[in-house]
Amino acid sequence: MAELVRRFGRPVTGLILATVLLWALLLIVLPQLAMVELSFRPNLPLAQRGGPEDVWTLANYAALWTNSLHRTIFWQTVWSSLLVTLLAFLVCYPVAFHLAHEARGTTALLLVTGLVIPFWVNEILRTFSWFLILARNGLVNQVLLALGLIGEPLALGGTGAVVVGMVYAYVLFMIFPLYNALENLDRNQIEAARDLGASTWRIHRRIVLPHAKPGIAVGCVMTFMLAAGTFAVPQIMQSLPGGTNARWFTQIVYSYFFDGGDWNRGSAYAFALLILCMLFVGAALRVFKVGLRDIAR
Amino acid sequence: MNARGLLRLFLGLYLALFFAYLFLPLVFMVAAAFNASRLPTMLPWEGFTLQWFWGFDARGRPTGLFQDARMGRALLNSLIIGAGVILLSVPLGLAGALLLSSLRSRLKGLLYAVLVSPILTPGVILGISTLIFWQRAFDLGGGLFLVVVGQSTFIASYCMLLFMARLERFDRTLEEAAFDLGARHLQVIRRILLPYLRPAILSACLIAFLQSFENYNTTLFVIGAEDTLTINIATRVRLGLTPAVNAIGVLFIGATVLAAVGYAFLRRREERARTAALARERAAPAAVRPVPAPA
Repeated sequence: MAELVRRFGRPVTGLILATVLLWALLLIVLPQLAMVELSFRPNLPLAQRGGPEDVWTLANYAALWTNSLHRTIFWQTVWSSLLVTLLAFLVCYPVAFHLAHEARGTTALLLVTGLVIPFWVNEILRTFSWFLILARNGLVNQVLLALGLIGEPLALGGTGAVVVGMVYAYVLFMIFPLYNALENLDRNQIEAARDLGASTWRIHRRIVLPHAKPGIAVGCVMTFMLAAGTFAVPQIMQSLPGGTNARWFTQIVYSYFFDGGDWNRGSAYAFALLILCMLFVGAALRVFKVGLRDIAR
Repeated sequence: MNARGLLRLFLGLYLALFFAYLFLPLVFMVAAAFNASRLPTMLPWEGFTLQWFWGFDARGRPTGLFQDARMGRALLNSLIIGAGVILLSVPLGLAGALLLSSLRSRLKGLLYAVLVSPILTPGVILGISTLIFWQRAFDLGGGLFLVVVGQSTFIASYCMLLFMARLERFDRTLEEAAFDLGARHLQVIRRILLPYLRPAILSACLIAFLQSFENYNTTLFVIGAEDTLTINIATRVRLGLTPAVNAIGVLFIGATVLAAVGYAFLRRREERARTAALARERAAPAAVRPVPAPA
């Protein structure tokens, strides 16, 4: 703190402190607390709020536990998000490695720019582009019909379509952390291992993968969080024929807020989702033995 | 061909496949925007048309994107929100980065965790908690103001990371030298710190705007009865699907390409300036360099 005053003087230090305090309190801490607090209260009509029935309760969380449909959708969201994360990693790893270690000069620059452009295209539009491919009159059906492989358009909706859409929508959140981590791996280490007779597989397992750990952790955390917390992708993919059963947990949360008008239960469900994501972040940081600090790229 | 050559070939093929996977869906989407077919699809091709941008169908009803007044309003809202987010998150991020760069205690770790946590929080939860808090504390409902606040929650964190990355390379001896020469605090900030941070400030503005412009998950919960471009697109995708959505896609991708190229250009210029500065420093005679004070 003393250093702050020395560098910026008292007035500016005060301004900085006040700004950060406002940010941390009004935008981050208090809203989260408000949500958590609301989740432990019953949903009462306005007149009864603050009355004798307005007590702390776990009922909103119990509802998630006892409602088998909601529970199923919750776990389906968890497994699908894990699958999306794993697929995104498998798809990205070879590309990230190539970009960081094989591509040179202009090629590398072009390739990276090629990644940046779809990265900044809206999530909705990215999903929509896959929706168009899988739709009843979409590319897949048109091609299969033209080849005479099918007589009727297939209904391609469902959890699979949602997962495909998500891998496509979030693949770049995996590739950039991986690329950043691999970029500063010393090439000589790979050369040395190769000269000593290590196989490609062994080089990756013993040198490249361990070096990429922070990148893997960040990529997995971002991808999982985006997948578990998305509303856009399942909403769009559900409009596919056969897609209605692919419900996502965030959609239940949304309907409690805007269709059911039960903010309390919606908050409880949202908090459950947040805890899930926090557990995943904690697990990823522990498994890959990296700190929160490495999140900063 | 030996095993390594084969592996290389596979990797090359895979890379081609990967970029096809990234770009072909976008190409199909763009192509469908110019197809006369009433359904948004590239095949079968029924002829080139611009009617999904501006035009009328057989019964004289407007079909184009630019003829839709709601679109214009949504775009305007998106621009207002983007400007608001820049004005809010860039100063927040800057203050956070300056504070963290001067702290050294245990507090630093805690504060860092709090300020970065929104990046690791699902967007829907940021929207929900913003909605609840402002409703309960200030009786404020969803609308443009809450969208700015809700989006800034995490966009400010991104800005902070950008500033921190730049501050890490900041040479503090410059500040010290200025103080030794009698500069006042505000002079040092205005003449040394802010000019040094300028590229990062520009990047932060651009990133903040892009993030805000494309945000859906947070916005959805705090938008109230208003509309933004992204919300509008999502509604169109769900309801009445015409290739007008693809026409939006074309504009969006066009704007994105421009912004991405602009950003790459900024980054390169920054890189060049740094290399040049480094070269100058190397060229300077050793005696002129500041001598580190004994610890």
